[in-house]
Amino acid sequence: MRFDTTLGLESHKGPVATVLKFVLYAGIVIIFTGPLVGLLVSAFNHVVDPTHFSLPEQLTLENFTKAGERKVYLYLVNSFVVVGFGLLLQMVVSVFAAYALARKKFRGMAVVLLLMLTTMMIPEEIIAIPLSVVLGDLPVLHTNLLGSYAGMILPVGAWGFSILVMTEFMKEVPVEIEEAARIDGAGELRTFFTIILPLCRPALGVIGVFGFTMIWDQYLLPLIVATDSDQWTLPIALRTLRSDEEVGIGVLLAASLLALLPSVIAFLAFQRQFMRGLTSGAVKG
Amino acid sequence: MTVTLSPPRDQVTPRRRPKSRWRRGPLVAWLYLTPALLLFLYFKFIPMFEGLRMSFYEVRPYLGDRWVGLDNYRTILTDSAFTSAMWHTVLLAAGTTAGSILLGLLLALLVEGPARYLWFVRTAAFLPVVTTIAAVAEVWRIMYHPAADGLLNSIIGWVGLGPEPFLASEHSSLLSIMGMGIWRAAPYDMMIFVAGLVGVDRTLYEAAAVDGATLWQRFIKVTLPALRPVFWILFTLAAIRGLRIFVEVYVMTNGGPNGSSEVLMTLIYKEGLQNNDLGLASAGSLVLFLATLFLTVVVQLVRRRSS
Repeated sequence: MRFDTTLGLESHKGPVATVLKFVLYAGIVIIFTGPLVGLLVSAFNHVVDPTHFSLPEQLTLENFTKAGERKVYLYLVNSFVVVGFGLLLQMVVSVFAAYALARKKFRGMAVVLLLMLTTMMIPEEIIAIPLSVVLGDLPVLHTNLLGSYAGMILPVGAWGFSILVMTEFMKEVPVEIEEAARIDGAGELRTFFTIILPLCRPALGVIGVFGFTMIWDQYLLPLIVATDSDQWTLPIALRTLRSDEEVGIGVLLAASLLALLPSVIAFLAFQRQFMRGLTSGAVKG
Repeated sequence: MTVTLSPPRDQVTPRRRPKSRWRRGPLVAWLYLTPALLLFLYFKFIPMFEGLRMSFYEVRPYLGDRWVGLDNYRTILTDSAFTSAMWHTVLLAAGTTAGSILLGLLLALLVEGPARYLWFVRTAAFLPVVTTIAAVAEVWRIMYHPAADGLLNSIIGWVGLGPEPFLASEHSSLLSIMGMGIWRAAPYDMMIFVAGLVGVDRTLYEAAAVDGATLWQRFIKVTLPALRPVFWILFTLAAIRGLRIFVEVYVMTNGGPNGSSEVLMTLIYKEGLQNNDLGLASAGSLVLFLATLFLTVVVQLVRRRSS
């Protein structure tokens, strides 16, 4: 007897077991992907109200052209601008901070680590209200970030999770490689960019895909920052698109699909990195 | 090896070493940390203290804030809107946490294993986790359409159930939001459980089989104890996520009908940004923070005692 799995389903062979297993797994797949596949199909269908779903007789793009008239593509561009610059900033900040935490010895390191953990303990929702006040008038700088892309980008620039994942990874890079580079005369920045960074490419994938979904899924932050509907990101614009005179919920379906696809694609493309970050993040709490 | 390859410049100026070592140390470290620390300071720590300060004030833009002591907190703990929102939040968090952990464990047991088709099932089932909450909430809101020919009502109609009002009724709005929450959270728990199951000592399974243990006994005595750490992590993560729930409720019901699905965050949002009562909203946020902190600490204590 083999003990590959707890239930030992693998060892049940034969036609009846095979059929039962097929039904079981098909059921699981349908329950968890059904709503998403349904959305994919209906977005290209003429669906006017939520009671008339049917398989499309003919695929149509009318929902997507209507979506353009309702500024959905503007919201989509806003989302991409925020996620593009936000992710770039977040990754640069994380890599720099992680390098210091993993490679340098300095006084106050324990305090810095404690501060990072504190930021991870405070859910974003909880500081959302005071954050709206702070963004309206930044202390010392006296700048107003409300109504600007910067207001949606800077607050996601530093993320404790990314920094810690990166730090853990950098600790694994052998010190000898770095020392060899230094003895060869490479300076601080050169060592960092030509030795450390290329070695960390797998971890960059992890923090990249997690950062992307994290920023793409931001809701309260853009809701607080946007002062004009032209600044909305796609997720917060969705609830204003619920009905349309001509295509009913069609616009909402098209826009929801556009809001869903990027993070689903990012996940499917970077699955290995995603799973890695998931288990390392969860196991370490 | 590297020494012989190094350029002669290094041999000419060996005296630079102490200085560069210092530069390689603390100063450079703090330079690397500056961006992160500045961003954390401005967008995490200052708001945190600003929130704490505002919670003791009646915040009046242009007029100057007025100190009200614990009045805001008193309102939150006694006002019926807040107390029922707190109750709803706890119910929702508890239901979603329990549901997703149980379902996640069941799914993990079913889909663990090295087979290729199981990998496919796991990946497909995992998709809800990475989807944008606002968009799936809209999709579920449509599926929950209360008419008899709404999508979910048609499906449960095939087996003779329904029609249910789902989000449209005071009695089922919270449960309906919970349903979507479990759908989105269970695959995450499943993945973590699958990772945990890999670590279960297979020789113990063999030993159990030799002792004539049934599948159920083996599950209770061997598998579950091995999964205990995973269970605690998932419980803490899910409970905290449940307490801070906002987008799902805001999109699907916005607290309705008749306040039956109002949770703390939606109420805080309404008080803070729609009624402009920033002091009250900050106090509410702080109560929520204390609740999550309390939960984390209690879980840690229980965990330490049990191990």
